[in-house]
Amino acid sequence: MDTAGVEAVWRIESARIVAALTRFTGDFGLAEDAAQEAVAEALVSWPRSAPANPAGWLTATARRRAIDAIRRRAALEDRYALLAADLATGAATGRALDEDVDPDRIDDDVLALMFISCHPVLSREGRVALTLRVVGGLSSEEIARAFLVSVPTVQARITRAKKTIAAAGVPFELPPPAERRERLGGVLSVLYVIFTEGSTATSGDRLLRPGVAYEAIRLVRTLAALQPDEPEVHGLLALCELTAARFPARTAPDGSPILLEDQDRRLWDISAIRRGLTALARASARGLGPYGLQAAIAAAHASAPSVEATDWDRIVVLYEALGRVAPSPVVELNRAVAVAMASGPAPALAIVDELVATDRLAGSHLVPTVRGELLTRLGRRPEARAELELAARLCTNHQERSVLLRKAAALG
Amino acid sequence: MAKYLLIMRGTDESNAAMMADIDKAMADTRMYIEEMVKAGVLLAAEGLDDPSRGAVVDFSGETPVVTDGPYGETKELFGGFFLLDVASQQEAVEWARRMPAARGSKIEVRRVPGDDEVPEQDGTFAPGTAEGV
Repeated sequence: MDTAGVEAVWRIESARIVAALTRFTGDFGLAEDAAQEAVAEALVSWPRSAPANPAGWLTATARRRAIDAIRRRAALEDRYALLAADLATGAATGRALDEDVDPDRIDDDVLALMFISCHPVLSREGRVALTLRVVGGLSSEEIARAFLVSVPTVQARITRAKKTIAAAGVPFELPPPAERRERLGGVLSVLYVIFTEGSTATSGDRLLRPGVAYEAIRLVRTLAALQPDEPEVHGLLALCELTAARFPARTAPDGSPILLEDQDRRLWDISAIRRGLTALARASARGLGPYGLQAAIAAAHASAPSVEATDWDRIVVLYEALGRVAPSPVVELNRAVAVAMASGPAPALAIVDELVATDRLAGSHLVPTVRGELLTRLGRRPEARAELELAARLCTNHQERSVLLRKAAALG
Repeated sequence: MAKYLLIMRGTDESNAAMMADIDKAMADTRMYIEEMVKAGVLLAAEGLDDPSRGAVVDFSGETPVVTDGPYGETKELFGGFFLLDVASQQEAVEWARRMPAARGSKIEVRRVPGDDEVPEQDGTFAPGTAEGV
């Protein structure tokens, strides 16, 4: 079996192995280290002779490495000495980690792994890196490529995150019911951060990085399978599927972005739209939260044959609702765009001017972008041009910036 | 990332082996499907009725000819499929290896080309511009 084969098995098994080992040892950092050692060994030995049961091999090897590590520490700490004694007894009586992997319990353990990886004591970068590594099964190299940072940077983020979890004494368990909803919101926001990095790259010369968005969708699907009764999980899944459905139409062959109004809707991924609508139906059965409302907006676009035939009044209503449950200047700005489509540029400009007056999106290229568009539609060309040029100066994505400059230049 | 179709191909013998303990086969398949759902990779899965209850539309002549019953003399009949959304071909193969398939059957693993790929003369598709992670 080659490297890619080892990686494939690891992608499928990583979350379960790290989760089971964490429960087994009570030490998340140690479990993760042991699991990584097992993969490193697999990369060396499998190409020579692949085991008959690769998943079982990884689990057993990771467990042995965990026990080795605990024995090394046992000399230093009493707590580990007790654990090492327990494990030795277990090993002697033939109790394997596999027996510890109760199928009903492993789901909770994988869920606990998501909660610990997205724990609020961690930095945002730490949460993203840890989630992709331990839940998604990505290597440091893959995460580095996804976020356009160096491999040592990713490794440092993961090391720091594990130290933080140990130092803060974060337990490996599902949050108590009173905290569950809020902590779940934290997990969702990490997954959404990963998705948006793939759907609108914050830096670099490419607008889309579909591979990154794919990793997020895959993790959200896992979460939806483990938490089927949480409407916002389905809401986020719907939002991701419906947004990704438009990827094939979002960029021109040269990589430049194509705006929604100019997209060839025949290129939209119909099966992704169908999956998104199914997830949205699950979410809306219990009332939509912020992700569900954004998904409903995406669904209104996905179901419309053209920009003109879009139900803009419905979109305005959905943005109003979103603004109430999750107030943000970005939502206000999007509401302004929808109002412009539903009722014309003048009432929309009033909303944007209010945003400018309260200075709530200072430094973002989005406000001058939208303001420039609205002023263009109102025929106020010199002002429009100045706004679009300002937007281009503030924009960090090369592809988006060239579109803005082209529009500004077209205003003469 | 890419989509792959796992095509189940059974023989009379493997189908008989499966039917001998159909309850177990169905329970195993349910578990297998559940694993793939939890891994976030399953997009669709369907099993097919016996080929004798199907029909074949043959385009050999000038106009299509419809006949009842199974497809030709093929020994390995298409019995069902799983559509996966995975990170690599190796991962699709790894899932195929885990299928609770009856002895004697085969699983064909086929890539679904991306939207941005175009067919070449030889029937393969040119690599897409979509990148991995």
